[in-house]
Amino acid sequence: MSMHYVSEAPFDAHSVEQLTPEQEKLYLASQWRLMWLKLKQHRLAVGSSVVLIIIYLLALFCEFLSPYNLHTRHTDYIYAPPQRVHVFHEGEFVGPFVYGYRYQLNMENLKREYTPDTQNIQKLRFFCRGDGYRFWGLFETDVHFVCPASDGYLFLFGTDRLGRDMYSRILHGAKISLTIGLVGIALSFILGIVIGGVAGYYGGVVDNVIQRLIEILRSFPELPLWMALSATLPVTWSPILVFFGITLILALLDWTGLARAVRSKLLSLREEDYCTAAQLMGARPRRIIGRHLLPGFMSHLIASASLSIPGMILGETALSFLGLGLRPPITSWGVLLNEAQNINVVALYPWLMLPVVPVIIVILAFNFLGDGLRDAADPYK
Amino acid sequence: MAGYILKRLFFMIPTLFVISVLVFVIIQLPPGDYLETYIAELESQGESVDPDRVNFLRAEYGLDKPIYEQYFVWASGMLVGDYGYSFEYGLPVNEVIGDRLFLTIIISVVTIIFTWAIAFPIGIYSATHQYSWGDYGLSFIGFIGLATPNFLLALVMLYLANVYFGTSIGGLMDPAYIDQPWRIDKFLSVLEHLWIPVVVIGTSGTAGMIRRLRANLLDELQKQYVVTARAKGLQEKKLVRKYPLRMSMNFFIADIGSLLPSVISGAEITAIVLSLPTTGPMMLNALQSQDMYLAGSFLMFLAMLTVIGVMLSDILLAMLDPRIRLQGGATK
Amino acid sequence: MADILTIKNLQVEFDYHNSRIPAVRNISFRIPQGRTVALVGESGSGKSVTAQAIMQILPKKAHVTHGSIRFDDPENGNSAEIVSLDPMGRQMRAIRGGRISMIFQEPMVSLSPVHTVGNQISEALLLHRDVSKSEAMRLSQDMLDRVGFPDPKRAINTYPFELSGGLRQRAMIACALVCRPAILIADEPTTALDVTIQAQILKLISDMQRELNMAVLLITHDLGVVANVADEVVVMYHGQIMESGMIEDIYRNPSHPYLKALMKAIPHFDMKPDERLTPVRHIESSVGELLRIDVDRELQANPVHLEVRDISKSFRIKKNPIFGKSAAPEIKAVSGIGFDVYRGECFGLVGESGCGKTTLSKILMKALSPDEGNIVYYDKTGQQGVDVLALEGDELFKFRRKMQFIFQDPFSSLNPRMTVFDIIREPLLIHEIGDLDYQREFVKELVRVVGLDPRFLNRYPHSFSGGQRQRLGIARALALKPDFVICDEPVSALDVSIQAQILNLLKDLRKELGLTTIFITHNLAVVNYIADRVGVMCRGRLVEIADRDSLFENPVHPYTQALLGAVPHPDLAKPLDFDSALESQASDPASWSAPFRCDESASLELHEIKHGHRVLREA
Repeated sequence: MSMHYVSEAPFDAHSVEQLTPEQEKLYLASQWRLMWLKLKQHRLAVGSSVVLIIIYLLALFCEFLSPYNLHTRHTDYIYAPPQRVHVFHEGEFVGPFVYGYRYQLNMENLKREYTPDTQNIQKLRFFCRGDGYRFWGLFETDVHFVCPASDGYLFLFGTDRLGRDMYSRILHGAKISLTIGLVGIALSFILGIVIGGVAGYYGGVVDNVIQRLIEILRSFPELPLWMALSATLPVTWSPILVFFGITLILALLDWTGLARAVRSKLLSLREEDYCTAAQLMGARPRRIIGRHLLPGFMSHLIASASLSIPGMILGETALSFLGLGLRPPITSWGVLLNEAQNINVVALYPWLMLPVVPVIIVILAFNFLGDGLRDAADPYK
Repeated sequence: MAGYILKRLFFMIPTLFVISVLVFVIIQLPPGDYLETYIAELESQGESVDPDRVNFLRAEYGLDKPIYEQYFVWASGMLVGDYGYSFEYGLPVNEVIGDRLFLTIIISVVTIIFTWAIAFPIGIYSATHQYSWGDYGLSFIGFIGLATPNFLLALVMLYLANVYFGTSIGGLMDPAYIDQPWRIDKFLSVLEHLWIPVVVIGTSGTAGMIRRLRANLLDELQKQYVVTARAKGLQEKKLVRKYPLRMSMNFFIADIGSLLPSVISGAEITAIVLSLPTTGPMMLNALQSQDMYLAGSFLMFLAMLTVIGVMLSDILLAMLDPRIRLQGGATK
Repeated sequence: MADILTIKNLQVEFDYHNSRIPAVRNISFRIPQGRTVALVGESGSGKSVTAQAIMQILPKKAHVTHGSIRFDDPENGNSAEIVSLDPMGRQMRAIRGGRISMIFQEPMVSLSPVHTVGNQISEALLLHRDVSKSEAMRLSQDMLDRVGFPDPKRAINTYPFELSGGLRQRAMIACALVCRPAILIADEPTTALDVTIQAQILKLISDMQRELNMAVLLITHDLGVVANVADEVVVMYHGQIMESGMIEDIYRNPSHPYLKALMKAIPHFDMKPDERLTPVRHIESSVGELLRIDVDRELQANPVHLEVRDISKSFRIKKNPIFGKSAAPEIKAVSGIGFDVYRGECFGLVGESGCGKTTLSKILMKALSPDEGNIVYYDKTGQQGVDVLALEGDELFKFRRKMQFIFQDPFSSLNPRMTVFDIIREPLLIHEIGDLDYQREFVKELVRVVGLDPRFLNRYPHSFSGGQRQRLGIARALALKPDFVICDEPVSALDVSIQAQILNLLKDLRKELGLTTIFITHNLAVVNYIADRVGVMCRGRLVEIADRDSLFENPVHPYTQALLGAVPHPDLAKPLDFDSALESQASDPASWSAPFRCDESASLELHEIKHGHRVLREA
C-alpha cells in the first residue's frame, strides 16, 4: 500500500506560464531580429560575411587600390615573377620597397628569368599619381593607393605574357566576377519566384508541366549545356553584350532550384492556418501573398540564393577559362585563368594560377554564409 | 515490380523527347550553318567556291529543308543509331566518336563509385560524431573540396605533377595504346591513368554528398523509431547500422539524381584540361566550329547518360524501399 | 507486494545555453510488481523525462544530477542501480528492452518504415533471449496473435505503413512485451488514437499485464484513463510531485490545491445544466462597449440561423498522375449531411478522426466547395436566406464578416511574423473598419475580452503559451463582430487545465454577444459541457442528431452508443466496460446491425424517433 503523499511546498498555478529573462528578451523581437540573433551564433557565417564585404569593397575601389590599369603593358617585363615587399635593406630601415629586376633569357628552356637586383631599391609611394582612370565613371583621376617608385615597377603577383600586372588585373577582374554572380542571381531570382510562384499558386496541370520541365532541366549536365549555349552567342556581339548573354545563360539554368524552393514553400505556407484565417476574413490574394506568404519564405529564398551565387561565379569562371565565356577587354577571373590553360606555360610561370585563390575564397565565403542563413531562415522552429 | 520498371522506362520517353528538342534548338541557334562558315573560310583563303557544289552539299546534308524536317531526320536517325554527319571530320558521327563515349561512361561510373566509397564512411562518421573535432575538420575539408572547381583542381594537379615528377599526367592511357584495339594491357593502362581524373572529378561531388548524407543521417537519428530501437536495448553501433543507416541508403541512392549531372559536367571540363580522349575536348571543338550534329550528339548522349542513370537509381530505390515497392508511389 | 522499481530524490536537468534548467526536481516514487502506477501531468511536467531517465535514453542535453533509480528484478532477484550504469553498457542494455520495455505515443513514427513488423518484434528476442532466428519469428507470431492481430502469419511480413493506427500500436506493444519484461513503461500510449480504439488498447495492456504479471508505468495527461486502469497515481506538475497515493485516495480525497483544481477543471458527463468548470488559472474577461454595441438585437424573425442540406464531397486519391488506375478510388469525405443550426445555440459536431467533420467545417466556411448540397444563411433581419455556396466577389466579401472561424492549432493559426496588434487588427484593415485610433481602441478591448493584458500588443505570438495564443485567435475571430462562429477542435491541442479556461470563455462570449456557434470536437465530455444540440458523425455521415440531454441519456445509434461507452470517466464509480469495447468494431458501418446496417443496398435516412432526435436508419 502506498502512502497518500501531498506536497507541502507552496503552489503557484501560474509558475509554468512565467518566462525566463532570455525569453523575455525575445518578446519584442521581429522575424528579422530573431534571424539576426540566430545568424550571429554561426561564427563561420559572420566571418564569411565580413570577408565578402571586404572583397566587394576591394572590387568597388579596384582602380584606386591597384597600382596599374587593367591593360597597362610592360613590354620589358614579360612573365616577371611576383616581387616581395621589403622593409629593411641590409638591416637598415628603409620603409616598404621592392628590388628591381635583372632580366636574362635562359637559352635552355627559353624561360625568361628575372633576379632581384639588391642594389636597385625602389621605394613604394602611397596616395600617388599613376595611370589615369574614370572613378565609377564619374570623374577623371589618377590617384592610386600605392604606386611603384617613379622610375620603377611593382608586380606584387607577377606579370602575364604581355607584361600586365597580375595584381591589378585580379583586382579589376573581381569587379566582373563578383557582379556576374549578383546579376545572375537577380535574374534567376525573378525567374524562380515567377515560375515557382505560378506553379505553387495555380497547382494542377500548370504545376505538373512546370515540375516536369524543372526535372528535365535538372537532369541535364549543367556545364555542357552552358558551353553549348554560350557557343551560340554570335561572334559579332560586343564584349558587353556577351557579358549579358553569359549572365542570362547562367540564370537560365539556375532558376530551377529557386523555383522549387518557392513552390514547396508556397504550398506548405498555404496550408498554414493563418493563411486560411486571412482568407476566411475575406483578404484578397494580394494581401495574403504580400502579408503572409512572402515574408514567410523571403528568408528561405535569400538563403538559397546566397547558396547559388557560388555556382554562378564558378560557371562563369569555367566558361571563360575554356574560352567560351567573356571576351577581353572584359576581364574576369575566368578570363585571367584562360591564360593558364596551357600547362607548359603554367609550369614555367606558376603565378598565372593566382586568380584561383580569390575564386576559392569567395566561393567558400558564400557557402558558409548561405549555410548560416539557411539555419537562421526559420527562427520559429 | 516489373510493372514499376516498365512504367519508369515509359516515363523516359517524353523526357528524352523534350531533351532532344532542346538540344536541336540549341544547335540550331547560331546564325548560319556550318557550310556558310566553311565557305567564308575558303573565300578568306582566296579559294573560289563552286555554287553548285555548295548547293549539292546543302541538299546532301538536308540543310535546305525546313527546320522541323531537319529535326525529324536527326531524331529518327538517332533511334536507329545514325547520329548524323560530322562536317569537320567528314565522317559519320558514329565513327568520329569511337571510344570516347565509352571512356566517358567508364570515368563517370568509376567516379561515382569513388564518391560513394569516400562519402559514405565520412558522412556516417560526421553525423554520429556531430560537433566533434573530427566532424568540424572533415566538414571544413569538405567545404574546400566543394568550393574548388574541378578544372582548377585539374590544373593544380597537372602543375604539381609537372613540378615534382616532371611528367605530364594528362591522357587516359599510355600514348602507345591510343587507337589500338582493346586488349587487357590497354585496359590496365587506362586503369593506371584513371585515378587522377577520378579524384579531380569526384572531389566536389564527394564533398557535396558528405554534407547531404550527414544532414540526412542527423535527421534520421532524431526520429522516434531510433528511440524505439534504443529502448529495445540494441547496441548503438548496430542500431545506427540497422535503422538510420538503412534509411539513409534510400536517400543515398536517390541522391544519384543530383550527383550524376555534376559528375558528368565535371568529367567534361576535366577532360578538356587533362586532354583526356573522352567526349569533353571534342565537344568543345565541335561547339566552337559549329559542327552541329557532332555537338548535338554529344549533348544528347550526356543528357541520356543522366536520364538513364537516374532511372537506374529509381529502380534500385524501388527495390530497396518497401514503401515504393508496395505502394507504387513515392512517399515522403 | 514487492517494489521492483524505486526512485529516490531523482533530479534531471537540461543544458540551456550556459545554465542548467531542472526538468525533474527531486521526485521519489516506486512501482510494485504486477501493479499499474500512473504518472499524471500536463505537457512539460517532466513525466516523459522521468520515463527516459528510467530507460537511460535521455536526450544528450539532459543529465541525471542527483538521486537513484533502483531496479529489483523479480525474476532472478538481481538488483541494479540504473543511474550508475553506463547507458550504452551491456548491463543497461540487458535491462532496457529485456526487463523494462517502453511504448510510445505516436504509433505512426515509432516503428521503422522499411523493416517488417516481424523483423522489428523478433529483434528484441534475438537481443535478449538465446533463440534462433526461426524460433524468434515463431515467438513473434505468437505475440502478434496475443495482441489481437487477425492474421498473425501474414502480419509478420507486413510493413508498418500497411497497418492502421490501432494495429500499429498493437505491433508496438507486441514489440515491447515479446521478451516478457518486468516493467512496461507506456508513454501516452493512447493519446494519438480514437476513443474506441483507446479502450481496446487499454484493455490489451491490462490483459497482458495480468498474463505476464508485470508492472506498468502509465504516463498520461488523461485522468479518465487513469481512473480506469491505475492502481496508484503520481501527480506531477512543473517537475515536482504534487500528490501521490492509491487511486482511491487520489480520486476520493484529492488534497493538493493543484490536483483539486485539476479535478474541477475537467468536464464530465453528470454536470448540472448550469454548472461551471473552474479553470486552474482563472482569467478575467470583460466585454466592453465597442464590442457590445449591436448586441441587444432587434426581432429575431427566423429561429433557424443556418440550414445545411445534403452536403456531399468526395476526394479522389491520386496515386500516380499518369499511370494510376483510371478508376482511382473515390473517398466520400462527407455524404448527404443535413442539419439546422438555430440562432444563438451551440451546435456540437462529434466524431473520430477521419469522420469528415473538418471537411464539413471547411465547406461551411467556403474554403472548400462541395460536390452537391446547399447551405442557406438567414440574416437576423429577415426571412430571406442567403445561398452561401452561390456567394461570390463582393457579396462573399461582405458575408465573411458574419461568419468566423477558430482554429485547432494555436501555433499555426497566428502568423509568427506579425505582432499581436497587427494580427487582431488585420480583419479590421481588410474590411476597412474605422480609423487607426478606433482600431487601436477596439483591438485593446478585444484583448481584454479574452483576458489578456493590452500591454502585450507589441509582442509576437512566440512569446505566448498555447492557451494564450488560442485566446488571441478568439479575439481575432471576434474583431469583425460576427454572429456565427465555427470552432474546429479549439481545445484539443491544449492541456486540461487550460481547456476549462477556453471553454468558459467561449461559453460566456456566446451568451454575452448572442453568438451562434458550431463546435467541432472528438471529445464527448467537452461537447456535453458546451453544446445545446449534438450531431454525431461517422465515416462522412451524420448518424444521430439530438439535443444534448437526449443524446447523452438515450443514444440510439450503435455508433453513438459505442462512442459513449468507450469514454473513460475520471470517476471511480463509473468504470469502463472494457469487454464490450474490445468486441465492437463500432466505427465500421458494415458492422452495424439492422436497421442501421449501412451497405450498398441500404437506403438510409435520418429518422425522427422523438421530437428533435433523429437517427440514421432504414426508413
